[in-house]
Amino acid sequence: MSIKIGEIPYKERIQNGIKDDFMRQAVSSAQGRFRTGRLTQAAELGNWEDWRDLGEEIRTHTLENLDYYLHQLSEQVARRGGHVFFAETAEEANQYVKSIIQKKQAKKVVKAKSMVTEEIGLNKALEEVGAEVVESDLGEWILQLDEDPPSHIVTPALHKNKQQIRETFAKKKGYTGSDTPEELAAFAREQLRQDFLSADVGVTGCNFAIAESGSITLVTNEGNAEMVTSLPDTVITVMGMERIVPTWEEMEVLVSLLTRAAVGQKLTSYITAITGAGLELEVDSPEEFHLVIVDNGRSKILGTEFQSALHCIRCAACINACPVYRHIGGHAYNSIYPGPIGAVITPLLEGYDDHKELPYASTLCAACTEACPVKIPLHEHLIRHRQIIVEKEKGPTAEKLMMKGFAAWASNPAIYNMSAKMAKPALGPWTKDGMIENGPGPLKAWTEVRDFYAPQGQSFRSWFKQRQKDGESK
Amino acid sequence: MSIQNREAFLDKLASRLRRERRTEGVERPQWSVTPQEEVFKGMSQDELVAVLEKHCKVIHTTFKRTDRAGLASVLNETLQAYEGKSIVTSNDARHQEYGITKFFEEQGDQLDVHVWDAAIGKENQKIAERADVGLVFSDITLAESGTVTLFNTKDNGRSISLLPRTFVAIIPKSTLVPRMTQAAKHIHQAQASGQDVPSYVSFITGPSNSADIEMNLIVGVHGPVKATYIVVD
Repeated sequence: MSIKIGEIPYKERIQNGIKDDFMRQAVSSAQGRFRTGRLTQAAELGNWEDWRDLGEEIRTHTLENLDYYLHQLSEQVARRGGHVFFAETAEEANQYVKSIIQKKQAKKVVKAKSMVTEEIGLNKALEEVGAEVVESDLGEWILQLDEDPPSHIVTPALHKNKQQIRETFAKKKGYTGSDTPEELAAFAREQLRQDFLSADVGVTGCNFAIAESGSITLVTNEGNAEMVTSLPDTVITVMGMERIVPTWEEMEVLVSLLTRAAVGQKLTSYITAITGAGLELEVDSPEEFHLVIVDNGRSKILGTEFQSALHCIRCAACINACPVYRHIGGHAYNSIYPGPIGAVITPLLEGYDDHKELPYASTLCAACTEACPVKIPLHEHLIRHRQIIVEKEKGPTAEKLMMKGFAAWASNPAIYNMSAKMAKPALGPWTKDGMIENGPGPLKAWTEVRDFYAPQGQSFRSWFKQRQKDGESK
Repeated sequence: MSIQNREAFLDKLASRLRRERRTEGVERPQWSVTPQEEVFKGMSQDELVAVLEKHCKVIHTTFKRTDRAGLASVLNETLQAYEGKSIVTSNDARHQEYGITKFFEEQGDQLDVHVWDAAIGKENQKIAERADVGLVFSDITLAESGTVTLFNTKDNGRSISLLPRTFVAIIPKSTLVPRMTQAAKHIHQAQASGQDVPSYVSFITGPSNSADIEMNLIVGVHGPVKATYIVVD
């Protein structure tokens, strides 16, 4: 897997999303809960805007000095007995991890939830060298068993219902219990506990690396990242190069923003910072620790007008606020990074060719920008993407033609007046109670997903003329 | 210990940022706002205990409060509630100080107590994995979020708070601080003065949980399924 998750065309993906009643219901209820959680936490603090300002300042300073902090981080990790590998591409990162797996002759790799390893397709690479890879986050495990991509970056299996999960467990793991969430989770606990204990290598992502001490901070609720880093003898952390803070003090602020913005928790159940290979006689520390720092297209964003997109702390608050995500769901974005942040970074990381529709999957209502705990101007980035796409003449041809046509049509008063008057009778057959529900020709794309007000027969100009006349006569 | 591909990688970043590579001389700026310092500022230890108690309800954690004289009986009551026969605990001087060593001795055959022993290596994990209860002392306690901070060392393995079915934290009242800010500052200052941070620092907030199945909150996933905090005055 890479950032892109499939070959289904954009419109078809949207249709699939819109027709999936369970998914839409689940997404809308999840959005409601996540948003309420975030807003409650923000209200309780009373000075949420100060927190957001601080978050933005920290991210801006860190990205402006990224080379310095990554240098410091690598020095500290090495000083604490760890190995650091800088990978410019996904292939280099995968190659390095594979080489460790082979050197260790590892048969089983247990993983904690990580977006960057999804991005670089690490699981597939490890399976190529014969390792069994087990995802240990409950949501990720469900998706792995079902060979399905994530649809949300915090709750990846949001689109699945419990009956589907029970069936997957039954088919893949011989589960015979009910579909109550508690029983399903208890089964996962029992199964995965064995995997934790028998794994040779643990692989994690990274929420925040701390430059001053060479520590890796992991944020979870389930405790799986703790298992992954405590039980296997070799631990490999893969991090996107921008996931770093200067010191513990900034880590603390960003973790507080992350857990509040993501799930409305003051802190998640487990926040863990691991540093290097363990010291002597430490049973729960790995004997060998590797940190893989991944670029994979991020440096193309650095130094550009999109740099603040690298400030993202992957909380999904923008996703939870987005009215478009609410209706089409995560898979419609065809990226492991869905929602507004996905629409911003996916074209930056992988280019416009495969993802040129994404900046248009937005109403530009700016709910995302307002929700972002580090104040990334997401909707402004989306507008800029659209400008670039149009400038490159990669904009949807229909829209360009329509805009050209509209300009010619609307700038000639005689033609405009006539066609506005003509439109009502012409569209009569498609009109019901003043709304067009299933329009012909160019209207079809619009009315497939929403209704269109039928022309009123009286244009604004004729109404205004009439009003002036009435006024004069009074 | 190796660092591979660093120079080319970081040179590229500097060039993208249109400046020379920086390897020294970068200072954190004075942040324009510090809202984290304001939370529960000036609260007494007792007020912080009240904040913690209130938040324990949110994090599905049983809250108990006692003094040193009462600790043994509160601990006993907690172990009974968890049907805890086997216990794994840290090799911590505070056990003696708080009378827990004595309590365990008095229980004799009733309880199977394993004190973490660095000399037996991985065997500790196997014992912890089978244990009913993991018992630790909180090193720094965060009132706002209901979090116990553990500096895990060779005598205080992280498995204690992770592998057993249930988790009991003893919280000396003096360990309470308003929030994570104070714990982070403590670690930062130690690090800055040349004292390395332990290889594991755990911030634990109640039992493990997940909302990955239809957004239903399930308490007890990979880590402990139940948790009790005992605040000791």
